[in-house]
Amino acid sequence: MSALTVPARPQHDAGLRPVPWRRMAWVTWRQHRAALAGVAALLGALAVYLWLTGLQMRHAYAADCHSASSLACAMNFTGRYGVTAIIVSIFLQAVPPLIGAFAGAPVLARELETGTFRYAWTQGFGRGRWALAKLVLLGAVVAAAAGAFSVLFSWYNQPFVAAGYVMPLSTRVFDLRGVAFAAWTLTAFAIGALAGMLIRRVVPAIAATLAVYAGLAFATALWLREHYTAPLVTSNPNLPGSAWVVSQWYTKGGTFAFPARGIPIVRALSRFCPSFNVSPAQCLARHGYTQWSSYQPGSRFWPFQWIEGGWLLALSVLLIAATVWLVRRRAA
Amino acid sequence: MTMNIIETSGLGKRYGSTWALRECTLAIPAGHVAALVGPNGAGKTTLLNLAVGLAEPTAGGVTVLGDKPAGSPAALDGIAFVAQDTPLYKNLSAADMLHLTRNLNRRFDQRYAETRLAELGIPLKRKTGRLSGGQQAQLALTLALARRPRLLVLDEPVAMLDPVARHDFMATVLTAAIDDGVSVLLSSHVLAELERVADYLILLSRGRVQVAGEVDGLLACHRLLTGPAAEADRYTERPVVHARRGEAQAHLLVRVGADYSVPPGWESHPVDLEELAMAYLREPGAAALPGPARARALPLETGEPSEVTR
Repeated sequence: MSALTVPARPQHDAGLRPVPWRRMAWVTWRQHRAALAGVAALLGALAVYLWLTGLQMRHAYAADCHSASSLACAMNFTGRYGVTAIIVSIFLQAVPPLIGAFAGAPVLARELETGTFRYAWTQGFGRGRWALAKLVLLGAVVAAAAGAFSVLFSWYNQPFVAAGYVMPLSTRVFDLRGVAFAAWTLTAFAIGALAGMLIRRVVPAIAATLAVYAGLAFATALWLREHYTAPLVTSNPNLPGSAWVVSQWYTKGGTFAFPARGIPIVRALSRFCPSFNVSPAQCLARHGYTQWSSYQPGSRFWPFQWIEGGWLLALSVLLIAATVWLVRRRAA
Repeated sequence: MTMNIIETSGLGKRYGSTWALRECTLAIPAGHVAALVGPNGAGKTTLLNLAVGLAEPTAGGVTVLGDKPAGSPAALDGIAFVAQDTPLYKNLSAADMLHLTRNLNRRFDQRYAETRLAELGIPLKRKTGRLSGGQQAQLALTLALARRPRLLVLDEPVAMLDPVARHDFMATVLTAAIDDGVSVLLSSHVLAELERVADYLILLSRGRVQVAGEVDGLLACHRLLTGPAAEADRYTERPVVHARRGEAQAHLLVRVGADYSVPPGWESHPVDLEELAMAYLREPGAAALPGPARARALPLETGEPSEVTR
């Protein structure tokens, strides 16, 4: 059915068409170009650094890592660049919350703090549409910038994956690669926007954004991510190198004996294996204990990326919708 | 029949457990410069915020521009609001503020805005944060008027301005009202400034409407009676709004009907708007209101006495 056949809606006010959405592009750019320039400067500087060290690294990798397990590779590639890469990846974890705090939180908090919302919300555009347009535009821009940046990071990180130095699902780099980095950045921005609307002061909203983001990121890395799909369980002690071990435990005679960590394993080892002439696993095996492992194989990298990207996108949409709803109904 | 630019019925707004505005029933006809007067905390800003859709009523309702709900797209389109302390984006230039307002509204008279700013000597390139208080107020007013609104709402527009800036600002408002037929609703606690501009008065006190009506009608039915202090009590049955007793003489501000006569030994003077407003502000119990059922009838215009309590 063609749209042309739909009868025109009755006009309550002759000629009262809403102000076109596209007008918000200029408004958003003009009001937030400093924040966007800050995001561009931060990501740009990091990108230049990754590009330059990435080129050096690939050079070393190509020269010395014909075999990833060779001594030359360990000395001239992973030994030389590995620690730097760890520091870089830890530093990059701070990029999404910084974007959320300094680009997201002030969007509404500054309007409310300085009183300019009384200007903005009484213009013909309408405050709900105003908030929606701003948040969607800015959120899309920072997510796109983060997405482009994470492509560069994946390129930078790829030799470490190839050399077996970094597992694909490693907590340290998983959320810097694929779609996760863009999704985390969008979520940080949405957290910032909602915090700004609720707290109505820029500095406390920035602090709240950092705290909430940190809580969410840690909870995801420590408890949530390993449950995205049911882990594989095996009693084979030789796990694939790319496996992300979720948990290990021992059984004896088909029943659970103790977990392979903490005080229980120490107690078991000191009882059965006081001397260290064989590996603990072998020693315990002699005493009839079987080691079990549950793990996520590295081949699940992309399913995990889509799961994480998906729920973060849904969460961001929810947070932005809540923010717009608050803008619409908030009493002055 | 003239349209009511703002109409409220039983309007109330509560913040926490405090009523900022209660049982406010009003009908302000179009074509006036209406002054909303009251002491600090009387509910002026609350009433204006409700009218422009920034706040939601706790009780009752408010419609604007005839019958449009406050805050609806049609209401936003036809009302320009200049909030207290004239908030502007301090890091944007005056030209950017024009462009911003133009983008956020269906109508914007760019030529009018630029001409006015040139007349006022406000540099377009300067950041608004670096303009003087008077220039900021004028810029905010220019942005509002360039939207070609049917109603201009101003919250304490001149409170922060020096006398010259205050005069210039009010002149701009009056020009818009007279030349372009813009209805104006402005709140102020600077009574002296209103005399010159306002032709409709709404007096708020402790969250309630105390006086509402056309200024001419209100002035016509109030007199200041001066006479011997000893006889002052004889007039307590009359609608005395406010009594000021000296040792020898008493000054009574009274509300009179069309048939009033000056008692022997007393002198009658007409009152001005400031005296009238001051008298009511000093007596929060007194009221001069059109009856609720006759909200549109404007009885004060006809000089007909309505409920007056003392």
